[in-house]
Amino acid sequence: MTTEIITDIAEAEQGSSLWHDAWLRLRKNRLALAGGIILVGFSLIALLTPWIAPYAYDAQNLELGASPPSAQHWLGTDIFGRDLLTQIMYGGRVSLAVGFVATSVALLIGVTWGAIAGYVGGKVDAVMMRLVDILYALPFMIFIVLLMVVFGRNILLLFLAIGAVEWLTMARIMRGQVQQLRQQEFVEAAISLGLPPRTIIRRHLIPNALGPIIVYTTLTIPSVMLLEAFLSFLGLGIQPPQTSWGLLISYGAETMEEFPWLLIFPGLALTITLFSLNFLGDGLRDALDVRRSKD
Amino acid sequence: MWRFIGIRLLQAIPVILAVITVTFFLVRVAPGGPFSAEKAVLPEVKAALEAQYRLDLPLFQQYTAYLGDLAQGEFGPSFKYPGRSVNELIGAGLPVTAELGFYALLVAVIIGGLAGVIAALKPNTRQDYIPMTVAMIGICMPSFLLGPLLVLIFGIYLDWLPVSGWGDIPGDKILPAITLGSAYAAYIARLSRAGMLEVMSQDYIRTARAKGLPEWQVVVKHGLRGGLIPVVTFLGPAFAGLLAGSFVVETIFQIPGLGRFYVQAAFNRDYTMILGTTVFLSTLIVLFNLLSDILAAWMNPRLRAQFGEQ
Repeated sequence: MTTEIITDIAEAEQGSSLWHDAWLRLRKNRLALAGGIILVGFSLIALLTPWIAPYAYDAQNLELGASPPSAQHWLGTDIFGRDLLTQIMYGGRVSLAVGFVATSVALLIGVTWGAIAGYVGGKVDAVMMRLVDILYALPFMIFIVLLMVVFGRNILLLFLAIGAVEWLTMARIMRGQVQQLRQQEFVEAAISLGLPPRTIIRRHLIPNALGPIIVYTTLTIPSVMLLEAFLSFLGLGIQPPQTSWGLLISYGAETMEEFPWLLIFPGLALTITLFSLNFLGDGLRDALDVRRSKD
Repeated sequence: MWRFIGIRLLQAIPVILAVITVTFFLVRVAPGGPFSAEKAVLPEVKAALEAQYRLDLPLFQQYTAYLGDLAQGEFGPSFKYPGRSVNELIGAGLPVTAELGFYALLVAVIIGGLAGVIAALKPNTRQDYIPMTVAMIGICMPSFLLGPLLVLIFGIYLDWLPVSGWGDIPGDKILPAITLGSAYAAYIARLSRAGMLEVMSQDYIRTARAKGLPEWQVVVKHGLRGGLIPVVTFLGPAFAGLLAGSFVVETIFQIPGLGRFYVQAAFNRDYTMILGTTVFLSTLIVLFNLLSDILAAWMNPRLRAQFGEQ
């Protein structure tokens, strides 16, 4: 099936028809399209938060305390009288940033690792992929908890730790792609022209393996965001005064009996985002005709 | 088959050793000693304490000594609570966590498997879309959100089920098991749907139908065996996820299991406790992955043949 894509690309020559077809197919998938639109919207809101948030991030109103949704505070306020909508907007900045940055780290390591292993082949490949196999077997959730305990709860480390965990599948996918592409005539032609491996990997292999990479990236972001929220919920992730959706959910869960909106709205924000990412990922997979590689 | 098991067992050993080594040195390079938080202690007391925890030895000797302890099944003492050991906590917490995990897995396999198979029998109809949409919600709804929501609805508003505890009041195991199991039920639904869809289009299924077998026999006797292989392969990673999930679920429902102890140790910076528990949990996860691989190989005749021939 992946060979189909590859031959598609090879035959299409201009290369644009695959992307055009994919776009036509994606446009028909309403759920995926809605997911994409919601994500763009949330990302824009996150970018513009400092200018469009209804209240200042640290504005308190202790007299007001926790109040249910009202005209002044659309999503209500927390026990310190802070506007929940503002909190969720700032929390979303952190949650989305963790999702995108950590996924980029994973993407960079995974694609490079997989491309080299698949291209060089032989013993180098065997050693590199054995290492991936061994790392795969490690219980990473526990390791991340350990890392956060040992080195303190630092957001930069969180990015790195999560990214370092998620690159493994990416490396496997990339290697498989590259191994198949290497058999193709245009790569053999590039080799016989004497192009250096760096150029071949960058100009010929990575662009042609883009479909599965895009799909898997879209599906990695939600699992990264879940991981961040999980750690923050346990108190091992994002620390106050910063906030994230996971942290807001954890505060909300503490006071949910009296103030259920403090749990429900941050929960909705996270769930809608994860939903959108998953639907978009599924849609892209169908549109680009990529086989399920994650399960 | 035995060869396959042997190879996998040999592969597991370096992984477990790597876990032990990495964890040990990570914990040792952690900033702040175990006693630095406390008031100044007499030098003699400090020396005695350090000797007790072997901190006076060179690092490498500490490491080999720890390996020796592990070989005897001794996971080490607690830094924070003198007199308590990791073994004791594992003894107290493991049965609880194992029971919770077992129920959760039961929820996941039964509900998830059933939903997936039902959906696969009539793909792209309502019988397919409804369970699969519910499964998507299950995947997107993290346990730390689902748990509190279930407590809010069934524990507080409806007042049907207890909101916390474990084995104290009848019914208090239901909500934790559902909370922990639901995400896996959702994954298993998707996996078994995909697996069944693939298998049901195979030639041998057509043969079975051509023989005149009733449809339910085709599905149960011929379809399930092949269609559920992906689910069995998933059980290993699922187990690791269940353990991590138990951190959250046991915290939410105040269940005295391993997961809660681990989180508490993490908060207390009880290094030896973290070290011991990490090593124990990791070994458990590695062994479980092994078990699910072996089970999947045993269910898959192609893989069996491949290893039989070699």
